[in-house]
Amino acid sequence: MAKPHDLRRYPGFLAITILCLVILYAPLMVVAVYSFNASASITIWEGFSLRWYADVFTGPESAKYRDAAWNSFIIAITAATSASIIATLAATAVLRSGKFRLRTVSIGLISLPLMVPEIVTAVATLIFFNALAFERGILTILLAHIAFCIPFAYMPISARMQGIEASYEQAAMDLYATKRMAFTRILMPLMMPGIVSGFILAFIISLDDFIITNFVKGAGVETLPTAIFGAVKQGIKPNIMAISTLLLLVSIVMVALSWLIGRKDQKT
Amino acid sequence: MPQDREIAIDVRDAVKRYGTFAALKRISLTIRDNEFFTLLGPSGCGKTTLLRMIAGFEDVTEGAIYLYGEALDTLPPYKRPVNTVFQNYALFPHMNVLENVGFGLEMLGKSKAEARARAGEALEMVQLSQFASRKPSQLSGGQQQRVALARALAPRPRVLLLDEPLSALDLKLRKSMQVELKHLQRETGITFIFVTHDQEEALTMSDRIAVMSEGELQQLGEAREIYERPRNVFVADFIGDTNLMEVTVDKVSGGRAQCHLGGGHSLTCDAVDGVEAGARVHMSLRPERLFLSAQPAEPGSLPGTVRETIYIGTDIATIVDLEDGPQFTVRSSNSTRGNARVFEPGQNVAVNMETGAARLLAD
Repeated sequence: MAKPHDLRRYPGFLAITILCLVILYAPLMVVAVYSFNASASITIWEGFSLRWYADVFTGPESAKYRDAAWNSFIIAITAATSASIIATLAATAVLRSGKFRLRTVSIGLISLPLMVPEIVTAVATLIFFNALAFERGILTILLAHIAFCIPFAYMPISARMQGIEASYEQAAMDLYATKRMAFTRILMPLMMPGIVSGFILAFIISLDDFIITNFVKGAGVETLPTAIFGAVKQGIKPNIMAISTLLLLVSIVMVALSWLIGRKDQKT
Repeated sequence: MPQDREIAIDVRDAVKRYGTFAALKRISLTIRDNEFFTLLGPSGCGKTTLLRMIAGFEDVTEGAIYLYGEALDTLPPYKRPVNTVFQNYALFPHMNVLENVGFGLEMLGKSKAEARARAGEALEMVQLSQFASRKPSQLSGGQQQRVALARALAPRPRVLLLDEPLSALDLKLRKSMQVELKHLQRETGITFIFVTHDQEEALTMSDRIAVMSEGELQQLGEAREIYERPRNVFVADFIGDTNLMEVTVDKVSGGRAQCHLGGGHSLTCDAVDGVEAGARVHMSLRPERLFLSAQPAEPGSLPGTVRETIYIGTDIATIVDLEDGPQFTVRSSNSTRGNARVFEPGQNVAVNMETGAARLLAD
């Protein structure tokens, strides 16, 4: 029992917390549970089975999903890598090059895309490619993903860099390290946890993007989210739930990885 | 101290401006080879700016700085044979102690083996050999401080810059580090430039001290000179405790000035240049150079009443109100041998001073 005047306890908060968690996680739980349903129905439980997972990997649509998953993976890896590199350089320029004109504006411009409605970005990107007469295909998806991943990668990277005092680089240069050496030997290792977080965030964002991808993808080129959307239009089959559960698993693994790296960094 | 020793650092008419704000207003000074030199002043006086200009982290707006005769100009920090002990130590958190200390040597292009060996020697010098494989975060503040010192000394710089390195340590540790620093300076023969706002620290460690205030050099000299012959009001007030008061000069002759203060009490002071009869100037009287005796006052002493007695431990301070005049603090050693008689509040006493205790000051 809580003591009558325990300041750390607020009556009624437990119920609200549970309600929030249920709303957040119940749908995900339903999808995950029904992906193991033996029945072809998506609402009636008929017993445990892995048939829909088998269907995803070996069924009639497996080739389609495999290609889509492969596209998604390649795009996510490439986009996250490019975005992390660009974001690292941007953070170095903005936070480590002293004051320059339009510095504040630059910081704003980098994070502004986070607040632009995605549909607007999608239309703008499409118009941009059309104006250049750029043929739509996997390359347009990749370029679009690199662009919208930059602000996501930038956030953890710049947050990390802000926490690194300038005196480390000064100490390095005082100890005969050139600017380049100070960057590679001191600044980069200290920033690494931020860069890894930025990479993972960008990877997940790219992996599950639908709106922009759907606008800029060429005919016949699918990523996993567009393939799933295409399949759902013809009715939801339990194999969609299996794919969704697998995607969820990838996200959870990535987030856990990011958390573990962050925790290890705090200890040293 | 030989005056003809080689000059390590020569600062000539150095000015530092940030926009319209002048952090340093045309400073010139020379620091000798193998000297423990201290830049002393309150925060914002420009002492750290000057240190960072020598290290190469700030450029010189006007004027020049020479290191052993060579103009530093636009030489980047990594090309200056100068190392810094930072106020927050700035130890690299992802490297262990030995890697930290060996970093400078490695950057100088020494082989891994040589860097390790010499880093080990430097660690031995600060008695931290057993912590070589620890990370900086696993060390106490005092140990981190010594690692920072070893790291800066390992490449054998010609000049070592220390930016308030002891300010984060507690009093006991600070005192022992003061002795250790002085010892290290003698042992290595490296020129030390030490920045501090702590006047006691400066007096304890330095061969010479430059007192700075508001971007200007106030006085430069040995500890004794600065304490006993302060040039102006700022130096007298900033270094140690003093009785600072305004007096009127009655007569000047032979380097001595006959003066009087409020209440008509008259006394004889060491004069400063340019003081004439009739001038109102400041005078400094160190409390420990005064002593009390019972009334009636002898000629030359000042009659007054004890207001308060303060027990300090090593000393006893007595605050005395002069008759119709200002207040004086008198300090006497708390020793059983001494003639320090403790007077009670309300008692009538006479304030006596040693010859030459009273000094007139320039403003």
